[in-house]
Amino acid sequence: MPEEQLVKVNIDGIPVEVAAGTTILNAARQIGGDIVPPAMCYYSKLSGSGGKCRTCLVKVSKGSEKDPRPMPKLVASCRTTVMDGMEVQNITSAEVIEARKGIVEMLLLNHPLDCPICDQAGECSLQDLGYEHGAAKTRYEFERRQFERIDIGDKIQLHMTRCILCYRCVFVADQITDHRIHGILNRGDHSEISTYIHQAVDNDFSGNVIDVCPVGALTDKTFRFKNRVWFTKPVEAHRDCDKCCGKVTLWYKGEDVLRVTGRKDVYGEVEEFICNTCRFDQKKTVDWIIEGPRKVANTSVISSNHYDSLKPLPVIKKNLALQEANKEQLERYTRL
Amino acid sequence: MRRKVLLEHINVPDINKFDVYRSKGGYAAVEKALKTLTPEEIVEEVKKSGLRGRGGAGFPTGMKWSFLAKPEGVPRYLVCNADESEPGTFKDRFLMTKLPHLLIEGMIIGSFALGAKVSYIYVRGEMMPQIRILEKAIAEAKNAGFLGKNILGTGYDLELYVQPGGGAYICGEETALIESLEGKRGNPRIKPPFPAIAGLWGCPTVVNNVESIAAVVPIIRDGGEEYAKIGIGRSTGTKLISASGNLVKPGIYEIELGVPVEEFIYSDEYCGGIANGKRLKAVVAGGSSVPILPANLITKTINQEARLMSYESLSDGGFATGSMMGSGGFIAFDEDQCIVRNTWNFSRFYHHESCGQCSPCREGTGWMEKVLHRLEYGHGKLSDIDLLVDVSKKIEGNTICPLGDAAAWPVASAIRHFRDEFEWHVKEPRTCLERNYGLAHYADPLPKPEPALVG
Repeated sequence: MPEEQLVKVNIDGIPVEVAAGTTILNAARQIGGDIVPPAMCYYSKLSGSGGKCRTCLVKVSKGSEKDPRPMPKLVASCRTTVMDGMEVQNITSAEVIEARKGIVEMLLLNHPLDCPICDQAGECSLQDLGYEHGAAKTRYEFERRQFERIDIGDKIQLHMTRCILCYRCVFVADQITDHRIHGILNRGDHSEISTYIHQAVDNDFSGNVIDVCPVGALTDKTFRFKNRVWFTKPVEAHRDCDKCCGKVTLWYKGEDVLRVTGRKDVYGEVEEFICNTCRFDQKKTVDWIIEGPRKVANTSVISSNHYDSLKPLPVIKKNLALQEANKEQLERYTRL
Repeated sequence: MRRKVLLEHINVPDINKFDVYRSKGGYAAVEKALKTLTPEEIVEEVKKSGLRGRGGAGFPTGMKWSFLAKPEGVPRYLVCNADESEPGTFKDRFLMTKLPHLLIEGMIIGSFALGAKVSYIYVRGEMMPQIRILEKAIAEAKNAGFLGKNILGTGYDLELYVQPGGGAYICGEETALIESLEGKRGNPRIKPPFPAIAGLWGCPTVVNNVESIAAVVPIIRDGGEEYAKIGIGRSTGTKLISASGNLVKPGIYEIELGVPVEEFIYSDEYCGGIANGKRLKAVVAGGSSVPILPANLITKTINQEARLMSYESLSDGGFATGSMMGSGGFIAFDEDQCIVRNTWNFSRFYHHESCGQCSPCREGTGWMEKVLHRLEYGHGKLSDIDLLVDVSKKIEGNTICPLGDAAAWPVASAIRHFRDEFEWHVKEPRTCLERNYGLAHYADPLPKPEPALVG
């Protein structure tokens, strides 16, 4: 096999070498930090996803070394592959920032903004996106579209009103489960995710649609209204599962496991998909082998309640004498 | 009478029947192509003719054909886009109704040139009569040995199928058409890859408009150079114009590209002027997607030159003072028409037809429609006008397919040229429900361009 070809790309002035065929978004993720375009519909583990939400639009100011012409329009970074010598502008381009602001406004146009009662709040990509790029006020003065809530299966609830039509769940159903019975009905702003004649989604891996949903449109009925995510504590755990990898995040409140999800990285993507048995049926600590607390980015609201950072206080962590003096109390904290 | 190339025999009775069409010299081009020309020579002829795509974008057809990837062992397809649904455009329906054999003849030549063994005509679902006409014509052609196995003994096989669509405007976008043809939901694909590399079922595919394919017949029959003599500059040949609106004689006209717009509207040979002795207020020159122009800018360009019916002249002045040839849907508005209402109507169409795949178009088209509805019915605000401009800017260029642009341009251009009328709708909310704004200054002669400073 020939050695993997590397191409040079420059994103916001930062040079990086990536394998040929990488998308601009993934090249930016290799650099990391602020210059990574936000992505609402792209999901690296689902082939064919991306290109739809348009939040990851970037400006290609130089096409490649061979053909240095800039691309005429902003391009979706998640679906555009890099060329050698390409120069990309993301946060350094006013045009991109302006377009992104517009996209966020469009995405929030028909969104109910019911975050106070939405289970996704705190781990919602749209919330983060709106916080970072949105305007404080809406210019939309019309009634927002609404849908009836429907149950797809006994464990998943679909609240179409919140959906941003990223198509991720459709790709999950297509690629992870063995037959897909849900998809997009109608078109334009009447489009809705639905099942054909309200069929139940019943499949070993159907629960993954909850994990991939960037907003609160698909929620776990075993967790609905149980708690705010920032009051729960993520813990990494695994079990022997004959259907999936069995590597999950348990979300604890006190001694109780409130919900089980896949392990999500900084971009909100799960590391590995998990099966419904792990997700819905194994909710006791004894079912799991605990690995330790899940690291949460300190920009996330979930970390605000994280025992890892403040309890014990950093000063105690560093000082052995203090640890000895507070031994009993420390044991109480770390017990969970 | 000027030369007609496509509609030469349009008035011959029963021209939609094979025998009559054949007796008028039909299928001679197929014989010439299959027996005397190689596929490369045909592509070369089409390139020489300068034929530009008649579906709206105006991309040179010969170039498009030469871009087709030709990997070994992979089938190639020619697909005819007959999903004509742009408001104001109705030329393809007319062509298929009256001259189905012209399209089939063009399809055979095109398929031979591209090496396609199976070709499709994707017809909009609402055009059921045309689908029946085409199927009948295909059966006739097959009986006569022009389709099927071993056409005219040359060893070339071609199957031609007619596929009815579901009646969605978006399926006129080539990749959405391909998706729909594959039996999927008609959502445009993300490009690249372009259909010339991976189209129908992942194979190289060319999608052409009905009129472009029909125009291949005279090009092959008379030669590409002969065809290129018609027209003006890079706009060669003839174009079917669907004229509608407040005209004395609305209808389909085959024009030689380069006819002055003024002549097209007022001469008796074409539209015969504005109906009922009214005055012209505005024109949409190429179907609902292209920018609307007021009367003074449609007959003259900003530099006081006469505007011609050609790709270049219609787009003279860019979006500031120009428009586009588009698909040739020529809509004329007289002084009694309300531009705000018309813009709302177009906007309503794009809202209804957006596929909902990408967010700016899905949400933005609905938003624009609602704001325009409010303006039209007299409860808008002055800030709405700037809001519309801003929303249209946010949609334009940020979508997967050109439907977003097509939805944004008519709104942006209407406000650009008819801002007074929009403002009047806000300032006179009661009056605007009773009467229309009228002609105002929209037909006034353009100011003379400033003389260039010397020295």
